[in-house]
Amino acid sequence: MADEEGYLAVSGERITLQRRHHSASCREFLVRCPRLQLRSLSAVTCSVWLVAYGLFVLCQNSVVLSAAIFVTLIGLLVYLHFVKIDQESLLIVGSLGIQMTSSYASGKESTTFIEMNKVKDVVINEAIYMQKVIYYLCILLQDPVEPHVVSEVVPLFQSSKPRLDCLVEVYKSCQEILEQNKKS
Amino acid sequence: MVLKVFFPACCSLAESGLLVGRWIPEQNSAVILAVVHFPFVPGQVKQYLAEVHHVTQVEVSVLGSWTNSKQAKEENLGRFLEDLSTIFSHDPWIQLSRKQGSKFWSCSTIWKHPSGDEGDETTLVYYDQRKVMLSQLHPPLDSEVAAASSLDRKVENASRLMAMFNTVSQSKVLFMKDRYDEGPIKLTHWQSEGVEASIIVELMKQASVPACLLVTFLLSLVSRVCQSRALTFWPLSFIWSKLSTCQQLRHRLQHLQVISSPKKAPDQSQLMRKANIFVSILLDVTLGILLMSWLYRKNRIGHLANALIPMADHVAQQLQDLLQWLMGVPAGLKMNRALDQVLGRFFLYHIHLWISYIHLMSPFIEMILWYVGLSACLGLTVALSILSDIIALLTFHIYCFYVYGARLYCLKIYGLSSLWRLFRGKKWNVLRQRVDSCSYDLDQLFIGTLLFTILLFLLPTTALYYLVFTLLRLLVVLVQGVIHLLVDLINSLPFYSVLLRLCRSYRLASGVKFRVLEQEAGKPLRLLMQINPLSYGGVMQAYRLPTYSCYPKDSWGSLCKKLFVGELIYPWKHKGEKQD
Repeated sequence: MADEEGYLAVSGERITLQRRHHSASCREFLVRCPRLQLRSLSAVTCSVWLVAYGLFVLCQNSVVLSAAIFVTLIGLLVYLHFVKIDQESLLIVGSLGIQMTSSYASGKESTTFIEMNKVKDVVINEAIYMQKVIYYLCILLQDPVEPHVVSEVVPLFQSSKPRLDCLVEVYKSCQEILEQNKKS
Repeated sequence: MVLKVFFPACCSLAESGLLVGRWIPEQNSAVILAVVHFPFVPGQVKQYLAEVHHVTQVEVSVLGSWTNSKQAKEENLGRFLEDLSTIFSHDPWIQLSRKQGSKFWSCSTIWKHPSGDEGDETTLVYYDQRKVMLSQLHPPLDSEVAAASSLDRKVENASRLMAMFNTVSQSKVLFMKDRYDEGPIKLTHWQSEGVEASIIVELMKQASVPACLLVTFLLSLVSRVCQSRALTFWPLSFIWSKLSTCQQLRHRLQHLQVISSPKKAPDQSQLMRKANIFVSILLDVTLGILLMSWLYRKNRIGHLANALIPMADHVAQQLQDLLQWLMGVPAGLKMNRALDQVLGRFFLYHIHLWISYIHLMSPFIEMILWYVGLSACLGLTVALSILSDIIALLTFHIYCFYVYGARLYCLKIYGLSSLWRLFRGKKWNVLRQRVDSCSYDLDQLFIGTLLFTILLFLLPTTALYYLVFTLLRLLVVLVQGVIHLLVDLINSLPFYSVLLRLCRSYRLASGVKFRVLEQEAGKPLRLLMQINPLSYGGVMQAYRLPTYSCYPKDSWGSLCKKLFVGELIYPWKHKGEKQD
């Protein structure tokens, strides 16, 4: 019960959207971001090392070279563990809530679960990002005191930033489940 | 409406029996707590559940039946289960059954009053009973505030999962039964290790009561001595308030009083606070004793004392050189020679006084250091505070120079600004707090302009002295600030919570996460509920211990303004006091 489709991200990269229908009221969407490119990795490493070598030639201090190696290694670790997100998933269970998971390239996962009684709606919003207008999917949270007020907006798929056609697919499925939930 | 069944994962291998748990009607969910095994007397089960309800205040009831079939004898069992539902009447009656070797369970519910939506689904959520029982749910801070502000709505808006967590943690009594206890009914649920496993803990609990009483008694004695009249009359009390060591000691005294109070902590956060304080003090004292053992080995104190005097001399020599440089033509600037000489001689005399004071003290310094070093056994923070105080005392001359320079500079700036107003035919109206125009006499204008010129031409000389001594003062303040930050860090870090997060991450939960297990068409949806641990930042935010010391309240901008105008700056600690 899983189908996969290719889409484009806002920046033009290829992303894949995987849909899993676990049951009538439980669906999961996985957006896989592009992998880390060997080309960019080697470019960054080479540039850092070249700069370090230039400094070494200037000041004849070999500490610079070892520092450059450490900087690249630690930078790579930090990038993989805290910055680079491989895959983002959205699990929506009709009676329970919405769960967002982003898995980092190192395997670390960060999960947020929002209970259904706090969710007001799921909408597609637009925002100005750098020099262009992009669309993004977001969850509106209900204010606990006044039920008509939106207290918070939680954006979804923040790192992969899919284009509108992909967002509409997810949006429709989410609305179906929210409708079911409201009916009962 | 979807029916949710929270099922403890440890019961999935239990033999057939009855499901015992709590039904939460507003969420349409059932929290299963245990399974009662088959040979039982219905009356006894009901009585037992009533007892549990009485003790825990959780509405525990029989929710349905559980079949773990190993052989194919379903025919008669089906009828038997239906009979059971008439004995223990519950709406809805949940029938869970598991076939041998199959991962997928079937679940059917029987509603006594069939409503419209008959084709309802069931969601099975597995949870780890032990982790859920022990974990402490931390809702996000802003929602907590909102919930507290509207108490009447709190019940309906409270987190739904909170109800489930509370149910499990409140029915602790159910789980605390011994494994080998032959009661009238047999239950399957998460088993605690029993009392036998923790004899040491029990002994420590017994011993802690007299220990706490003793500590409380000693503390009351100490605090009475501290508050006695001999120590609180004016000059002494002023000195106490300025010494950071005294403040640190007072802070630690309060901490000890909190720990040793014989009253039981009312709620979880207070308990955590006590544990955090305890671990913090323990760590502090351990580090202090380590420092002490390092200091007193190989006569390091003596070396330190011997190095201190030449260092003070060296600093004084450097200052003298600096003053000589300022009295000449510093950086090619041409100063007002007379004022320059006066100021320089004044400061040189001061340094001379300081050096003689240090040399007077030199025979005693080693002894003083030796005794002061003993205080490190009270904790690293106390030792650090003493270090900060010693730095403050040893750089007293720099402080004096700074104050003189700042006062002089401040006076000049104020004089200049008011004379500048006179120059423009205006004056400061104190009553209205504004600048008004004013007509001056010719004499007034003449004198004022003359004074303005004199002040303006003398300003660079004073400004230079002020600048140099302010930089020196800032250096000292920076060092003291770093020491205070370190002390603050040890005082405020919640070590116990961080350790708990590191080793037993489920104890501090920020929420839950679900994993979808394998599915089969026609069978209920199966989810695995796991605990989402609190992030380290969240731990810090929730359990940070309050400290006495205040961070710099004025921003960098206001600090620069103060420096420019010539107001006195203090190390970070005293600043808060002054503003209060």
